[in-house]
Amino acid sequence: MIIYHYQVLYFPRESLKPHSRTESSSKAAFLDHCETLWMRSAAAWRDAGLTGLLNEIANSSAEVPKWLSVSSGCVLALLQRISSFHGSLFPHLTLSSEDMIAEFSQVLKWSDCAVRAFAWHPHTDKFAVALLDDSIKIYNPKSATAPTLKHRLQRSVAAVQWKPLCASALAVACQNCLLVWHVDPCSLSTRPSSGCAQVLSHPGHSPVTSIAWSPSGSFLVSASPMDTNMMVWDVAAESCVPLQRVGGGGVTFLSWSPDGSHVLASTPAALFRVWETRMWTCERWPCLKGRCQSGCWSPDGSRLLFTVQGETVIYALTFTDTPGIPSNTKGPKAAAVVADLSETTFNTPGGDIVVGGEIQSLAWDPRGERLAVLLKGDPQARDRPAMIAVFKTRTSPIFELLPCGFVQGEPGTEPRLMQFHPNFQHGALLTVCWSNGRITHVPFYFLSAGMARHGLGGSPPQPRPEERPADYINQTLYTELTT
Amino acid sequence: MWQSVRKHCHFSCVLLICLKSHMKPRKVKLVSVNTSVRLSYHNTGYNIKAAASVAWAVLLLPPSIAVFVIISRVSLLHPIQWISECVSLLTSATAIFSFILLCGVVLIVGFLNLEYYTVIPSIACSKIALLGQLLHPRQFVSSLVHCILGVIVAWCCAVTIGGRYQTLGYPCTQADGSPQLCLNEYQVILLLAGAFVGYCHSVLGVIHNMNYVSFHTVQQYKYLRFKGSLPLVVKCSAIQALYSVRNYLVVYFFLGKCSLHPLDTIAGLLDFSLLYHLWISGTFLLFTWYITLLLFRIFVTEVYSFPVQSSFTEDVHQCLPKVLTGQQPAILKFLALHDLALLSQHSPSRRSEVFSLSQPGGHPHNWNAISQECLSLLADLTQRLVAHHDTVATNGRAKSLSTGSDKKSLSSESTEDVMTPRPSVLIKTPASVFLRSSVGSPLTVPFTPDLDSPFSSPALRRLAGPVEQCSPWHGTVQSPHIMRRGPKLWSTSTGERGLQNKTEHVIPIVDPCAIWANECQMFQIMTCNCSMLISQLLPEASSQALFADTQSHIWALEGLSYLVKASFSEDQFGVVQTTLPSILSSMLVLQEAVDRHFKLPHASSKPVRSTSSMEDSSYKTLRFALRATLKTAIYRITTTFGEHLNAVQMSAEHQKRLQQFLEYKE
Repeated sequence: MIIYHYQVLYFPRESLKPHSRTESSSKAAFLDHCETLWMRSAAAWRDAGLTGLLNEIANSSAEVPKWLSVSSGCVLALLQRISSFHGSLFPHLTLSSEDMIAEFSQVLKWSDCAVRAFAWHPHTDKFAVALLDDSIKIYNPKSATAPTLKHRLQRSVAAVQWKPLCASALAVACQNCLLVWHVDPCSLSTRPSSGCAQVLSHPGHSPVTSIAWSPSGSFLVSASPMDTNMMVWDVAAESCVPLQRVGGGGVTFLSWSPDGSHVLASTPAALFRVWETRMWTCERWPCLKGRCQSGCWSPDGSRLLFTVQGETVIYALTFTDTPGIPSNTKGPKAAAVVADLSETTFNTPGGDIVVGGEIQSLAWDPRGERLAVLLKGDPQARDRPAMIAVFKTRTSPIFELLPCGFVQGEPGTEPRLMQFHPNFQHGALLTVCWSNGRITHVPFYFLSAGMARHGLGGSPPQPRPEERPADYINQTLYTELTT
Repeated sequence: MWQSVRKHCHFSCVLLICLKSHMKPRKVKLVSVNTSVRLSYHNTGYNIKAAASVAWAVLLLPPSIAVFVIISRVSLLHPIQWISECVSLLTSATAIFSFILLCGVVLIVGFLNLEYYTVIPSIACSKIALLGQLLHPRQFVSSLVHCILGVIVAWCCAVTIGGRYQTLGYPCTQADGSPQLCLNEYQVILLLAGAFVGYCHSVLGVIHNMNYVSFHTVQQYKYLRFKGSLPLVVKCSAIQALYSVRNYLVVYFFLGKCSLHPLDTIAGLLDFSLLYHLWISGTFLLFTWYITLLLFRIFVTEVYSFPVQSSFTEDVHQCLPKVLTGQQPAILKFLALHDLALLSQHSPSRRSEVFSLSQPGGHPHNWNAISQECLSLLADLTQRLVAHHDTVATNGRAKSLSTGSDKKSLSSESTEDVMTPRPSVLIKTPASVFLRSSVGSPLTVPFTPDLDSPFSSPALRRLAGPVEQCSPWHGTVQSPHIMRRGPKLWSTSTGERGLQNKTEHVIPIVDPCAIWANECQMFQIMTCNCSMLISQLLPEASSQALFADTQSHIWALEGLSYLVKASFSEDQFGVVQTTLPSILSSMLVLQEAVDRHFKLPHASSKPVRSTSSMEDSSYKTLRFALRATLKTAIYRITTTFGEHLNAVQMSAEHQKRLQQFLEYKE
């Protein structure tokens, strides 16, 4: 008898208060007192750099010579002209940081989502949940305490990820910096102090929209759409190596292959890169239509599936060169279409529903046997909700992708975020965060064809369907339903 | 003290010889004849790398000169005249002569880099030790050479800028009407600025450990690394030049009263064009030197792939196990460990050679040599940490490290499961500044500047050991009794407070020899009170010093853990299994020691990050990197082997500890 006690969590949207305060808005609450021009200029330089200084000088024309205020006004106008030109090249630069995170996040409708990020621990059954109120909660089935992490700099969390080969380190992508929390698994404290967090920041590298740990736990890479550098952090030393490639105008999404040999880095433009992590060189992959929205790697790191904004298909790239042997054979020359998810109508007892369309995110289970695809749906049309489509996959001897079923939530809710459990013994476990703030776990029981490859533990006993815990029964689950 | 003065004379003679014979691989001379042949292969390898870096620095000179000319003659109002002047200047004979001179400067700077670099930083644990470093004869020679080079570069700048800086003298008429050659102060001020900037560069180099060469964790091709660091170099040299020129002007204003010219007034000095040219010249000077340094660092730390085994007996000494275990220069050992860490991670074919058996005989010699060396490195660090902790515990405050003799007794006590180090491998503590990466000298104690001079043979050094017992850097005298007395005697001393000023602002440009003589006396007085002064430690420095060479331990941990992980599926003969218990226990013992160390005050305080400096401060965070790597390494093994580890023979305490890791509770 196997029963899993994965908690089903519920975070009602109403109970969470988003932070509406911004740094600049608090300024108005204080009385303006007279400072000398020098003081104000110094403060402006410190707060907002050159533009702030010029603004300050241009605005206080009464106190400075006319030529100075006029010339600083001219320089300011010139700078604005240049930046608007730059913005016209890369339109995403004109977005505010919140909008930018919402635009490039893997979470569907990130801004009004109660659960903004979710991460399973790679080795244990604990997970971290980032909420709308900028707090992070850590749940562990083996422990009664659920620590809540709060930090002054922890705002607009776009992603969280646990460090592999470590029990305690959790990286958090925030609006202005990266935080790496060290949460002692044995501690009984429910509010770890902000001293437990390392702050990693680099000028110009904000907001951080995506992070990825190397599977060996030695590096953390971070990406910001505002910064053409991709940062490779040595977290212990708090140092970083910027890897700069100007094309694309920023980096939006990162995904490290499970074997550690490649990193996918997509940009806001119709271009993405695949870095090899030995010498940190990259291949450029221009897309035809839009930017690369999401991507995921097969467990052996040989195959990359990705989706492009504005298209309804899944592409695959195959990397055959073994890591460590520098070969002249570059990767593949072109991506192959492996699945077409254009709109299809299904007749269900509750009426026709239309499924298909653009893809928000992809997730591949750690054994490489189930692929979950989060479809955006159409917010305007009632019969086209966002939905998760599940595919059965096989990577050897040839790559196969077979439709398997859909995952739907309670009526009126839609999936926002999903992730597979990294080491579920009896198949695959998909965790889904719903629009109503509920987090549920959807198990897929199957005998893994690739079990022999792992060599540990032998084949798992397959539980019978009635052994599923009651929590899952209300889920509409179409496992093994081939359409 | 007298010894060091004598050494100074001896030293400068030797250095003159060295300067004449530029890039000779001098290290070869230091080791015995037998090994010199063996070592020459790798030595020439990295001397060639150093030479290549200098060659690239020379190649980069013409573009930087061109940029300097364009910037120094900038006149936005007459662009055509500006460009044409620049072009004619760049093709003139003066420019070519300057270029040749600058090539010579770059060559000498490159040579100094090669001569002074170290992979193990010297960390001054107290202010007096820092002063000792600054006043060391070797450092004095370096400063002098930098001053002279600074003057040469400044002269090149002066003739390039032209105009009023062009000549040193100009014809003038005296009051009585007789023609005479007057001194052109504009050129003098520029030349002296060059000397000052050069001197500051050299002094700051010591304070910031500029000669420390760190290995990057992120591998990149040389060109990309250079391209990535270039903006930083430009920024650093501009900022550093700005500060140096400011300090120089202050010094010049107060000391330059002898001149008869308008430049001894504040208004005269605040000539915008003069300031601009001083700054531009300083930036150019620092830029060329920093570029040379940057290229040197990039080339020397480039990954070098050692063969794991060779079928030819004459090549065996070049193989990884031999290089790792032999008495090698530190840089070679570091390169070998780095290569080991990379091969264990990335290269299945080379790993299989590590796991292979010897033919004939069937012994896993490669694995044994590699694992023994890594384990002895870890055991060495563990003992160092335990000894440090004990010193702190007995004395109530952090002291400098204890020495080999102490450690040996400790090692015999705490042998429970630590691998007993082989007798041939003596305990090595972080070497001192001036221990250039020469032969791995046994029993070197930190803060012993003179003992490790490459000019004395190992035998001489061993002889010198007992004689120097009262030198402040020698650890052997620090028995708890003396040390306990130390703080009492000197707790009220404020003598050295004044010396802690970060020299940059206080170094006046007077005859350095005069300073040297003065300082010498002062230094002598201080040295007599030797071991007491050292008790005034800089916070956190002792912790940094303890982990100064920890990059090697990090690689050893990575190499071992990746090899053990790979052995789960790749080790056909089970060679790793025999060592697994000792690997696990030495890691756990080290883990315990590191945990204890981090509970000490100052050990877990993070240093301030300095981003806009050429200073490589990665050594300051090595202990954090070690702590993280160690934990990851243990987890790597426990995650791979899982429950199988319960079958490994280990003490109950370690089993328990390992269980914590298996449950992810560490």
